[in-house]
Amino acid sequence: MSVAENQAAAGRGSARAVGILSSLGRFLVVAVTTYLGLLAVTFFIGRVIPIDPVLAVLGDRAPTAVVERTRREMGLDLPWIEQFYLYVKAALRGDFGTSVLTTNPVMSDIRRVFPATIELATLGTIIGAVIGVPLGVLAAVKRGSLIDQIARVVGLIGYSVPIFWLGLLGLVLFYAKLQWIAFPARLDVVYEYTFTPITGFYLLDAAIQGQWDVFHDAWRHIVLPAALLGYLSLAYISRMTRSFMLNELAQEYIVAARAKGLSETRIIWGHALRNAAVPMVTVIALSYANLLEGSVLTETVFSWPGIGLYITNSLQNADMNAVLGGTIAIGSVFIAINLLSDLLYRLLDPRTKIG
Amino acid sequence: MSAETIQSRREWLLSDRPASRLQARLGRAYVAWRRFSANRLALVGMLIIIALVAVAALADVLAPYSPTVGDLKNARLLAPSAAHWFGTDDLGRDIYSRIVYGARWTLYVVILVAIIAAPIGLLVGTVAGYAGGWTDTILMRVTDIFLAFPKLVLALAFVAALGPGIENAVLAIAITSWPPYARIARAETLTVRNSDYIKAVQLMGASPFRIVLRHIMPLCISSLIIRVTLDMAGIILTAAGLGFLGLGAQPPLPEWGAMIASGRRFILDQWWVAAAPGAAILIVSLGFNLLGDGLRDALDPRSGDQ
Amino acid sequence: MSDTLLEVDDLRVTFPTRTGLVQAVRGVSFSLGRERLGIVGESGSGKSQTGRAIMGLTPPQAEVSAKKLAFDGIDLLSISPRQRRSLRGNRIAMILQDPKYSLDPVMTIGRQIVETLRTHEKVSKAEARERALAMLQAVQIRDPARVFDLYPHEVSGGMGQRAMIAMMLVTGPELMIADEPTSALDVTVQLDVLKILDKLVAERGMGLIFISHDLRLVSSFCDRVVVMYAGKVVEQIKASELRDAQHPYTRGLLNCMPRIGFERHPLPVLDRKPEWAA
Repeated sequence: MSVAENQAAAGRGSARAVGILSSLGRFLVVAVTTYLGLLAVTFFIGRVIPIDPVLAVLGDRAPTAVVERTRREMGLDLPWIEQFYLYVKAALRGDFGTSVLTTNPVMSDIRRVFPATIELATLGTIIGAVIGVPLGVLAAVKRGSLIDQIARVVGLIGYSVPIFWLGLLGLVLFYAKLQWIAFPARLDVVYEYTFTPITGFYLLDAAIQGQWDVFHDAWRHIVLPAALLGYLSLAYISRMTRSFMLNELAQEYIVAARAKGLSETRIIWGHALRNAAVPMVTVIALSYANLLEGSVLTETVFSWPGIGLYITNSLQNADMNAVLGGTIAIGSVFIAINLLSDLLYRLLDPRTKIG
Repeated sequence: MSAETIQSRREWLLSDRPASRLQARLGRAYVAWRRFSANRLALVGMLIIIALVAVAALADVLAPYSPTVGDLKNARLLAPSAAHWFGTDDLGRDIYSRIVYGARWTLYVVILVAIIAAPIGLLVGTVAGYAGGWTDTILMRVTDIFLAFPKLVLALAFVAALGPGIENAVLAIAITSWPPYARIARAETLTVRNSDYIKAVQLMGASPFRIVLRHIMPLCISSLIIRVTLDMAGIILTAAGLGFLGLGAQPPLPEWGAMIASGRRFILDQWWVAAAPGAAILIVSLGFNLLGDGLRDALDPRSGDQ
Repeated sequence: MSDTLLEVDDLRVTFPTRTGLVQAVRGVSFSLGRERLGIVGESGSGKSQTGRAIMGLTPPQAEVSAKKLAFDGIDLLSISPRQRRSLRGNRIAMILQDPKYSLDPVMTIGRQIVETLRTHEKVSKAEARERALAMLQAVQIRDPARVFDLYPHEVSGGMGQRAMIAMMLVTGPELMIADEPTSALDVTVQLDVLKILDKLVAERGMGLIFISHDLRLVSSFCDRVVVMYAGKVVEQIKASELRDAQHPYTRGLLNCMPRIGFERHPLPVLDRKPEWAA
């Protein structure tokens, strides 16, 4: 009997390898169609909805010669399907046109502002996960207790509060009244000119260069917006953790772990959370993607020079190339995180029968 | 009414042998209501929403001042007082009155988004689920693509192209919020598609159109209502966000998000201009969240504690 | 050490529900030496809750009381939770029904066995691995080193249950509670697993409580049988004397079993009388 089982297990092993390949293939198909979808939607927004896309890009003060040239460059005399083909080709090269507002290529603008957003969203997610996961675990373990109620209220408010409003109130309290944090910007003006970033993540750059005064200043600027985004992600992460943990704690292997004489600590963190960790990875990734998006409003409130502020500034100046370029940038990262978390989920869980 | 008649009515409602279709329906509604009303937070949520509707309906009676015309000369940026409960804004308008009228715009956005997005999702989901095959694959691929997009940023881009305004904001939010409804409707359709009573209707010669419309769509309604209610808070927040960025409601409309935006300039000295409308948004979205949670627990006991 | 390993006197397990208190176990008494005791009953008869109460695995909202619940002279209800835990998996062990659910799906089988061992004994990693491999060998797994590194979903039900037995026996417990250990397995595998269990219990001189709904299986496998109905013991009898059982419920259970060559028409229906539960 064991021999047969051995063979069966070996067969399952190679089936798994084949499964991984086929799921990678499907992953690529999904990724390509989703990106094409994103480009189709932005194409639609940029070229189809406006009555005159050239005016939408250049504004109505542009000289006639420029308008005519741009019209030809955008291929507006071609059929739509051909226009879309050219559009996709340009987008793949990273060519989203030129920003009217900054007069730079949109892509170089995005490269410049994106690190600020990544830094903010990363710190926010770290805060959200570090507090949210234990909170969710405790709420599930002590279900119905005071801590469960607190977690519930914290989560509900996080789901219901307008973040930009909370940010404004935070500025009133922590900046104006208590003076714990610095004014809305990324760095004090003094440092803006003396500090040379390397990676674009100021906290990291300052630490690498050992400029602790800069680090401290950057920290005083980032702490409130990051804490706000962290709160949003905490609300989501703690709620999902609780629900995953309740599900795991009801499983038979938990009874078996108790029968083995393991301590509750070991059972909760070593068994239940390990099992919940697989879906948790997805949740944390999704929450990260949501924060990238949430940064649009937060950055506006805190004058944080990231992609969110770039998009809203461009919006207010009717700079369509920049708006759509920014949309594609956030959308691409968003989609990539979505897809990767899905793939990661399949790879992490030894149970998934891939394929 | 005596205790006995109440008792006998309850028995009539809870009877396990209902004599009529009406009795069965009322009985089921009664059981759901008992489960719902046992949840105190859900009741609070419902009260908040009822209050919102009442305030919107009675705005003319409740608001002491005009929401759009202020006293520029004497009443600019006054702190909260007996005359102006929440103070006045930079144009001398009473903030309390603006919030009362703002309830109308909140309801307007929420209801319009729901009646645009939910039917789209319902149609896509039921057709995909009932037709199956290539129709299903293509419709669901499109749905998934929309699901994978960042909603707020996409809505932003749409409004940027359509031009700012509350109608365009509603449209943009609706375009980005139908995919989950399609998902739910499809899942429900798949569970009933092969059931015997659908087969019976098919045998009687009903057209696919009629089957989807009369026999499948009604079954998806209750889970759809739950999901829409849970999404309301998100819709309100997105609309307020668009308003805050100046892309939603335009001045002088008393929309809460736009009110926060106009209070932003005075936030450090006259904090109340932005504080009150934000609190209104928080309370109303909290209400929808509590109500949605309660509805889900009452109507859909399977989901349990999720 | 006395001959009695476990003494149970008037054990009661009570669950609070919305409609009031429900007693799942209502005054169960028996004692156990180094022998094999079967507990038989239908689902809901309280047999599983009896086993879990002995283990100390009753859900926290339920209440356990007994005039006496002693393992090897230790009063289980008065010792601290910590002391109780140090008995579990060490001196008293338990096998659950379905290895598909009772093994942690994201931990390799080897690690789960080593975990039991290292919870109760101070042994080095290498030694723990050696003993886990030896234990896998003892439950007749041919290639222990390979199975050691497999995840539970990668083995069959029969092998999973043997891994479960290995996980619970690796510390050398004196009392083993097996709660429907073969019900979830294919019929062809059931006997193999039972034989392994039987052999280990005999070799190591353990006491065994075998909980099952299958009276025939229990009578062929155990020395003594306790028949439970609605939370109470209705009859205690030696397995060899089962044919002479007095209680109508036991007789009913026996009559339900099909025998080759006998006409089974009409099918007998199990008789249940409320006074048995009184």
